Amino acid sequence: MSEVEKIATRASYGNALVELGNEHEDLVVLTADLAAATMTGVFAKAHPDKHINCGIAESNMTGIAAGLAATGKVPFASSFAMFSAGRAFEQVRNSIGYPHLNVKIGATHAGVSVGEDGASHQCNEDIALMRTIPGMVIINPADDVEARAAVKAAYEYVGPVYMRFGRAAVPVFNDEKTYKFEMGKGITLREGGDVSIIATGITVPASLEAAKMLAEDGIEAEVINIHTIKPLDEELILKTAAKTKKVVTAEEHSVIGGLGSAVCEVLSEKCPTKVFRIGMHDVFGESGSAAQLLHKYLLDAEGIYDQVKKFVK
Amino acid sequence: MNNLDLAKTANEVRKGIVTAVHSAKAGHPGGSLSCADLMTFLYFEEMNIDPKDPKKADRDRFVLSKGHCAPALYSALAQRGYFPVEELTTLRKLGSHLQGHPCMQHTPGVDMSSGSLGQGISVAVGMALSAKLSNDSYRVYTLLGDGEIAEGQVWEAAMFAGHKKLDNLVVVVDNNGLQIDGKIEDVCNPYPIDKKFEAFNFHVINIDAHDFDQIRDAFKEARNTKGMPTAIIMKSVKGKGVSFMEGQAGWHGKAPNDEQYEVAMADLEKVGEALCQK
Repeated sequence: MSEVEKIATRASYGNALVELGNEHEDLVVLTADLAAATMTGVFAKAHPDKHINCGIAESNMTGIAAGLAATGKVPFASSFAMFSAGRAFEQVRNSIGYPHLNVKIGATHAGVSVGEDGASHQCNEDIALMRTIPGMVIINPADDVEARAAVKAAYEYVGPVYMRFGRAAVPVFNDEKTYKFEMGKGITLREGGDVSIIATGITVPASLEAAKMLAEDGIEAEVINIHTIKPLDEELILKTAAKTKKVVTAEEHSVIGGLGSAVCEVLSEKCPTKVFRIGMHDVFGESGSAAQLLHKYLLDAEGIYDQVKKFVK
Repeated sequence: MNNLDLAKTANEVRKGIVTAVHSAKAGHPGGSLSCADLMTFLYFEEMNIDPKDPKKADRDRFVLSKGHCAPALYSALAQRGYFPVEELTTLRKLGSHLQGHPCMQHTPGVDMSSGSLGQGISVAVGMALSAKLSNDSYRVYTLLGDGEIAEGQVWEAAMFAGHKKLDNLVVVVDNNGLQIDGKIEDVCNPYPIDKKFEAFNFHVINIDAHDFDQIRDAFKEARNTKGMPTAIIMKSVKGKGVSFMEGQAGWHGKAPNDEQYEVAMADLEKVGEALCQK
């Protein structure tokens, strides 16, 4: 098997912004002293006049984004997920969410795959926080192709969007030529009748790999990519649950309030189904390499395979 | 508008504030009354606006960062013709477009939703930056409370505005000296306010909040100030115009009862009559 190309979705974010900036006068990119890390630096090179560094002040950056949106610009406010969704939560809620302003939040360095920086910077709570804000769209792309398409879709959509990107390079498994991003629509990547793995972000390619391993054991897993966590593709989730009657969710996020919770909310009300949630089980992360941490917290292919197998038994 | 007409209009704005808060049986009369002269000046003289076209693209923007003083904003907007004055009595009531704190989606003329302190100034800074980015000529105004400036975000915004030399931005601080829990210097002393803004690279002007000559001169000076934003620190009287509310922290967030309402309106009627004699 040839080596699969790996690209971090934060790089996809920066590259997509450059392309959008070439086409749209109203695009403005904000950063809070993290231009290099959030990859808005590539945008700054291409469009220096449209790149605004706000200094280390995420709350103010969030308000500035709101002011830009209220006067007709399309701002992309970029920081780490911990600060975009965590530190500036109330600003996102009151200055962007409540007035439903057209602000795009580009949150990089989500989840434990941040790696060596450790728990203070590994945000496993952002999806939970953002889900509670009425009208907020949440997108968590799984690879470079999906991430770039998602950024462009976020620009086209009028209203607040929270986009979640990773620091670590991840395999590019989608085919640019055939891939189509539809906000709010999940993608069935593999069909199977024994169990459904509903995954998002970095766990999507890992779930596909786990499904191959499960197949060798005679377990056929259906793998669904939920890139848009809100609005959630309830129809697809109900369909796969009715089909396999066993659902596993997989996310690089706390099992409290994220994709797993969202799926349980839908299923418990409309199609009670046994669910197992793969994710961070009410713990903080720690320092280590991304691969080591994903392995330790059972978020890589092996961890997903083991947990699904145990659940299906 | 001449000073006499401004004073008469401000008195009507104050009546609207008292009437709205009385009708709502809740709200913030003290800080609304202290900024009534400023709101009148902004909406009747300073700002380029059109009540018939509240969203016109080149309008000047106003952000009420001290959003709890919504009654002052609503009353000024109503007097200016954005909506009927009679609607002020629907303040804070179910189904009213006059929410407890400003909501841009509901009320014509409100440029930004606000209420959570410290956030409005950042949005105003974003609007001013937006004008600079696209070479638009509109100006941006924001009003903060003197208690509000304890919020750290205010200084994040001030640092950025000074750094970006946003000379199309005017930050006004309503220095009425009182916040919910008492005197501002007792709660968490923010003084000297002017020197703080100076240190953040603002042009700073100190004025009397109830003197229209000083207000007019300050905004003219702000307009003529290039290469830096302006902060106007206006010394005001909390509860201004209503005898028993003046200088009383207790009237920060309390509505007058029926009896108190009669006294308050009589006070303001008296002021109005005196102005008509001039």
